[in-house]
Amino acid sequence: MLQLNNISKNFAGLPALCQVSFQVPQGQLTALIGPNGAGKSTLINCITGVAPCSSGRISFDQTDITALPAHAITRLGIQRTFQNLRLFPRLSVLDNVLTGLTCEGGSSLFMAMLRLPYLRHRERRLKLRALEALDRYGLTAKAHWPAGVLAYGDKKRVELARATVGNPRLLVLDEPVAGLNAEETCVVAEHLRQLRRNGQTIVLVEHDMDLVMNAADQVVVLDSGQCIASGTPESVQRNPMVLEAYLGRMEATA
Amino acid sequence: MTSIQRLLYFLTLHRTGLAVCMVSLGALLFPVLDDNPYTLGLSHLVAINTLVVLGLNLFIGYAGQISLGHATFFGLGAYGSAIISTTWAVSPWLSLILVALCVALLALVIGIPVLRLSGHYLAMATLGLNFVVYTILIQWDEVTGGPSGFAGIPALSCADFVFDTPVRQHYLLWAFALGAMLLMLNLVRSGVGRGLAAVAGDEIAASSLGVNTQAAKVKIFVLSAVLASLAGSLFAHSFGYISPDTFGIFASTDFVIMVVVGGMGSIWGAAFGAAFLTLLPEWMDIFDTYKDLVHGGILVLVLMFLPQGLVTGLMDMLKIRWALRRHNASA
Ligand SMILES: Nc1ncnc2c1ncn2[C@@H]1O[C@H](COP(=O)(O)OP(=O)(O)OP(=O)(O)O)[C@@H](O)[C@H]1O
Ligand SMILES: [Mg+2]
Repeated sequence: MLQLNNISKNFAGLPALCQVSFQVPQGQLTALIGPNGAGKSTLINCITGVAPCSSGRISFDQTDITALPAHAITRLGIQRTFQNLRLFPRLSVLDNVLTGLTCEGGSSLFMAMLRLPYLRHRERRLKLRALEALDRYGLTAKAHWPAGVLAYGDKKRVELARATVGNPRLLVLDEPVAGLNAEETCVVAEHLRQLRRNGQTIVLVEHDMDLVMNAADQVVVLDSGQCIASGTPESVQRNPMVLEAYLGRMEATA
Repeated sequence: MTSIQRLLYFLTLHRTGLAVCMVSLGALLFPVLDDNPYTLGLSHLVAINTLVVLGLNLFIGYAGQISLGHATFFGLGAYGSAIISTTWAVSPWLSLILVALCVALLALVIGIPVLRLSGHYLAMATLGLNFVVYTILIQWDEVTGGPSGFAGIPALSCADFVFDTPVRQHYLLWAFALGAMLLMLNLVRSGVGRGLAAVAGDEIAASSLGVNTQAAKVKIFVLSAVLASLAGSLFAHSFGYISPDTFGIFASTDFVIMVVVGGMGSIWGAAFGAAFLTLLPEWMDIFDTYKDLVHGGILVLVLMFLPQGLVTGLMDMLKIRWALRRHNASA
C-alpha cells in the first residue's frame, strides 16, 4: 500500500535518513523501531509531507506522494499522530476530534458563511461521528472541556481519536503510549489491536517492545538513519544486527 | 426533563441565533429611543468599525497573522467609492462593489507572496502599504482632494428611498454590520472555521489534518480586506465627507487594538472591541486628548495579562474553571 524507495533526508548536510526502503502492506500493522535519534520521527515526517525528504520516492497506492504538501497527502487518506502532542489547547475536546474530519467538512469559505441546510446536516453527521469516536476512547464526559486542561494520558487518546475518526486508509502513529502508565498502555494497546482487527493499515513507531512484538505483523528496524532489518517480529528479535544496535547502545550507556 | 431543563436546553442549543436576535432588536429599537443625530453618528461609527474589526479579528485570530494596514483597505474603499461615484457619476452601489473587487485583487496580490513566508512579514508589508496609500491620498490632490478631504459624496439609495437621514443610515449600517456578523458566526461554526482555528493553533498539525494553511490564510486576508473596503464605502456614502487622517497608520493600529480588546477569534468580541474603543472618548475627555497614549496602554495591558484578548481571554478562563469544577465534582 505504502512503498518507500531509497528515502534520504539531510538536515543542513547532516544525514538523518539514508537510503531507507520498505513496504507497508494493506491491512497490516507495521512497526518501526530503533534507538533514540534513529530517525523514526523524521521518516514519518517525510511520509506525511511535514518535512519532505531530500531524495527517494514514496508512493501510496501507486500515487507518487513524494513532493506533495502535507494537506494533499492527508486528503489521500493518511492520518497521523505526533510524538510531542499537537492538540489545539483552546478548542474543546470535541472540536479537536472534529478537526480530524476536516477533509469531509468542505472547504468553501463562501458556502460555510451561508450555512445552507445541507451544510447543517453535514455538520450534525460529523458531530455524531466525533462523539462516537470520543465514546470509543472513553472521553465522552470531557467532550466540552478545553483540550489544554486534560491530563497527559487523555491528551494522547484525544490525538488517537482525532487521527482515527475519519477512517483513514493509512494510520501513522508516533509513539502512542510514550509516557503512559502500564494501565493506560494496556488500554491503548487494546485499541490498536481492535483497529488492526477491523482491517486498518497502521504504521506504528514505538519503544515499548511488548506492545510491538504482540501487535505487529511486520517490524522494520532503523538505526542511525539506516534500515538494518525488517521482517516478522520473531525474525527481527533474533537478528544479530538488531541485537547489536540495541545491546551495543546499552553497554555504551551502562 | 422538567420544563426548566427543556428551556435551558433550548437556550443553549440556539444560543447564537438568540443572541443575534437580541442584538438586532437592540439595533432596531435604538433610534426609537434616542434619535439625537450626534448619538446616531456614534452608532454609525460603531457599526462601521465593527465591520472592519470583524474581518481583521478573523484574520488575526484565525490565521494567526497581523495586518497593520487595514486602514488602507478601509481608505481605499472610502476614496475609491467616493471618486467613482462623484467624479465618474457611477451609482454608489455599483462603485461600492467595483472598489471592493479591486481591493480584493490588491489583497490577493499582496497576500499570496507574503503569506507564503512564515513569520510576520505581512505586518511589515501592510504597514508599508499604509504609508504609501496615505501619502498618495495627501499628495494627489486633484483626484483625492488632498489634506482638506473629499466632500459631496452622494448617499446610497434604493429606488427612491435615499439613505440620507441619520435614522435611515443607522438601519443601513447596522444591517450590514449584523449581516456580516451572522456570516462570520456561520463561518466559524463550520468545518472550514474549525480548519482555520487549527491554523491559528498549530500550522503543522493543521496541515496534517488536511487544511491548506497557505490558501486559508490568503482567503481570510482577502475576506477581511473586502469587509474593510465595504466599511470604507459605507463610511464615505453615509458621512458624505472623508479626509486622509481617518485612514492613517494610527487608524490601522486602532483597528488592531479593537481586535485585541475584543479578543482574538471572537466574533462577539469584535463588536465589543469596536464599540468600546469608539465610545471611550465619549465617556472621558482625557481619553480624547491622549488618545494614542491610552490606546497603546490598553494594548500593552491586555496583551500582558490576557494574550488572547479581553473577551476571548476571559471566556477561556471561564471554560477552564468550569471544566475543573466539573472534574472536582466528579472525582
Ligand atoms: N529539525 C531538525 N533539524 C536538525 N536535526 C534534526 C531535526 N529533526 C531531527 N533531527 C536529527 O535527526 C535525527 C533523527 O531524529 P528523530 O527525531 O527522527 O529520531 P527518533 O528516531 O524519532 O528518536 P526518538 O525515539 O527519540 O523519537 C536526530 O539525530 C536528530 O537530532
Ligand atoms: Mg521520534
